[in-house]
Amino acid sequence: MRLGLMALPVAFFALFFAWPVAAIVARGLETDGAWHLGRIADVVTRPDIRHVLWFTTWQALASTALTLLLALPAGYVFARLDFPGKQLLRAVVTVPFVLPTVVAGSAFLALLGRGGLLDELSGVRLDTTVWAILLAHVFFNFAVVVRTVGGLWAQLDPRQEEAARMLGASPLTAWRRVTLPALAPAVAAAALMVFLFTFTSFGVVQILGGPTFSTLEVEIYRQTSEVFDLSTAAVLTLVQFAAVGAVLAVHAWTVRRRETALRLVDPTVTARRPRGAGQWTLLASVLVVVALLLVLPLAVLVRRSLDAPGLGYYRALTRADGGTFLVAPVHAVWTSLQYAVAATAIAVVIGALAAAALARRDAGRLVRGFDALLMLPLGVSAVTVGFGFLIALDRPPLDLRQSWILVPLAQALVGAPFVVRTMLPVLRAVDVRLREAAAVLGASPWRVWREVDLPLVRRALLVASGFAFAVSLGEFGATVFIARPDNPTLPVAVARLLSRPGELNYGQAMALSTILMVVCAAALLVLERLRTDRTGEF
Amino acid sequence: MLLSLDEATVRFGGRAVLDAVALDVAEHEVVCVLGPSGSGKSTLLRAVAGLQPLSGGRVVLGGRDQAGVPAHRRGVGLMFQDHQLFPQRDVGANVAFGLRMHGVAKGERDAEVSRLLGLVGLPGAARRAVASLSGGEQQRVALARALAPRPRLLMLDEPLGQLDRSLRERLVVELRELFGRLGTTVLAVTHDQSEAFALADRVVVMRDGRIAQSGTPLEVWQRPADAFVARFLGFENVVPATVAGTAADSPWGKLPVPDGSAQGRRTVLVRPAGVRLVSADQGLACTVTARTFKGTHVAVHLQPADGPRVEAACPLRDAPEPGASVGVEFDVAETVVLD
Repeated sequence: MRLGLMALPVAFFALFFAWPVAAIVARGLETDGAWHLGRIADVVTRPDIRHVLWFTTWQALASTALTLLLALPAGYVFARLDFPGKQLLRAVVTVPFVLPTVVAGSAFLALLGRGGLLDELSGVRLDTTVWAILLAHVFFNFAVVVRTVGGLWAQLDPRQEEAARMLGASPLTAWRRVTLPALAPAVAAAALMVFLFTFTSFGVVQILGGPTFSTLEVEIYRQTSEVFDLSTAAVLTLVQFAAVGAVLAVHAWTVRRRETALRLVDPTVTARRPRGAGQWTLLASVLVVVALLLVLPLAVLVRRSLDAPGLGYYRALTRADGGTFLVAPVHAVWTSLQYAVAATAIAVVIGALAAAALARRDAGRLVRGFDALLMLPLGVSAVTVGFGFLIALDRPPLDLRQSWILVPLAQALVGAPFVVRTMLPVLRAVDVRLREAAAVLGASPWRVWREVDLPLVRRALLVASGFAFAVSLGEFGATVFIARPDNPTLPVAVARLLSRPGELNYGQAMALSTILMVVCAAALLVLERLRTDRTGEF
Repeated sequence: MLLSLDEATVRFGGRAVLDAVALDVAEHEVVCVLGPSGSGKSTLLRAVAGLQPLSGGRVVLGGRDQAGVPAHRRGVGLMFQDHQLFPQRDVGANVAFGLRMHGVAKGERDAEVSRLLGLVGLPGAARRAVASLSGGEQQRVALARALAPRPRLLMLDEPLGQLDRSLRERLVVELRELFGRLGTTVLAVTHDQSEAFALADRVVVMRDGRIAQSGTPLEVWQRPADAFVARFLGFENVVPATVAGTAADSPWGKLPVPDGSAQGRRTVLVRPAGVRLVSADQGLACTVTARTFKGTHVAVHLQPADGPRVEAACPLRDAPEPGASVGVEFDVAETVVLD
């Protein structure tokens, strides 16, 4: 039964993840049947590559630190304070996470770049500095910290702190001795996730980094598509693979620690109206950070897209005479939606089956190992997936180069881990004895799933689909490798427009980004209404 | 036999939770398995239901070995300890669930649901939400749900465990009447002896995965098989003794035992009603350490100068104060030699 559930996901990941990765290994380290492990050392000791490795690591560390610094107070505010408009603010904070990286790139370009808002006001440009990258990373990962840490914080029983107070601890000591230790694993898990996302950052660095700054991910893309040095690209992918694997292993460990028994309570009862100058100041500063860092860039983006009179940039999207594309850019909207629907369907089937298998109480070591494996595509980065598809699926026995399904498959691979992460906690929460009760009443295993599990997880399934849809729609790293030039997706079209000079191209990029943002934000807001469990891992 | 367990064994890790258990349940019989938590009684039910695979031995239902038969094809009912009603369905849909699984047509199903709800004392509750039910109502719905597919064997896991005392006492009588009327074959487990004695034709006491004693409630009550069963039934006056003829030499001195008792080193039980308080200069000298009000009588706890404590049952008015010195005599009619 369990093996039956696992068969499809295992086959999917073997074929579309393991095999491409194996192809990368072979491409990087093997020539004419001989293995050259020395190539790894050769590549990573090159000065330009060492520079990339160093930059990738420190910008990720800096981004993580900055995100924690700005988002932890917000986590507290969402967990413990009750104020009007909290639901709305929660949605606003979450929107950036599901936005495509190119949208964030465009938004920060419009805010900090040449002719941007900051440039107009003070003559300062940040788009050629590392600050643009760091701020964009905070923009994305703010929600990761707020949701992971704040979600748990809201459920910690305040009476634990009160008990410490009654035993003579000052408020600060009580927090430090009682709350902080309980939160620490969640903070660690969130920090690792942020590190992972920023370590493998692609779209943001590609757009904001200019020629100076390049992460591993960008370098892999450059080596593949500009230098055509596939061997170096493959070695870099392996280095990234190893780094990500290490981070994920630590993450899995902290998550397990997080599952140790904490007294959790209903989050709706722990929040109080702000009291005293301290709490009001904290609330105000969090609101300011959210306004400046999360809302302003998107507002500027929309504003810039409207710069041309009579919605000129939007109307230009419907014409194919810009020279950048063979088809009108707006066609990319339709292409993206089709791909995203197909990718969502694949990701939900694969992810739900995997989650159902993983959720079973008797899941053994092997299956739990698969759990960690499922996370790999998430961390291993989209560029790896795209690059792997490019070199593995372009010849018999599996030649998908000409097939439209290639892009949805890659997007599904990136989206499936989100489906698993969303479904798994809900499935695990279904009391196993409910299933047993149904079985004793005569329900076969299949009917147990349909009659007991499905009604309970229907909402989670919808939420997961929405996530997968948003992820697929905004997917850039993998798609940029394999999307056909005559059929670009929205993010690919935005990136291509941004790479061309001229006011019209820039404006069209802003307009397309705005469209993409609206679609993704709409998907998310629908989800927020459906979402019951606010402690998910994303 | 409707149900036969033959050397049924379940091991978790190295530990045998069910250790070569042999148990028969005849048609229309109500059997109650009684034991402390961890004695393996719930595992027994799960093994019969097919929810827990056996490590050894056999479960035979209606003459057929159930090895390899999945839970949904065994045709037995199980009422879970905390009911496990389906939260997203209303009362009627919960009761109808098993009927749907067995392909009963809609019209027939609805009629059956209202009949069953009437039977358990909840007529017209079909459209109610499960969350709106009280504990006792949930229990009734769970019972109706388990009865609906007409299982050949109905199993109850701590059927009244979570209910308050007065409700429990009322429901146990109702259940007993209902099973008698329907002729249902029942295998129930409980840790509550009064529940078991009130419900069962036959009581099976379990200890550490093995059957310690099996018999009618009267037999088990009158002649506990060993010190464990006696103490589990709530008897405290259990002492080792050497029996010779109609007297036993015990830490409490010479005890009179019935004619024909087993001889030699034994365990002797004196029920509290057989402990008579007399004036301080007679019998075994004791000090009263505590007394607890039991409604119909007072339990008086006594400490002899030497040997374990003794519990006596006293009429309400005659109970001595704590600290008082009394003498104790033992009544042969309430004394049993165990083992």
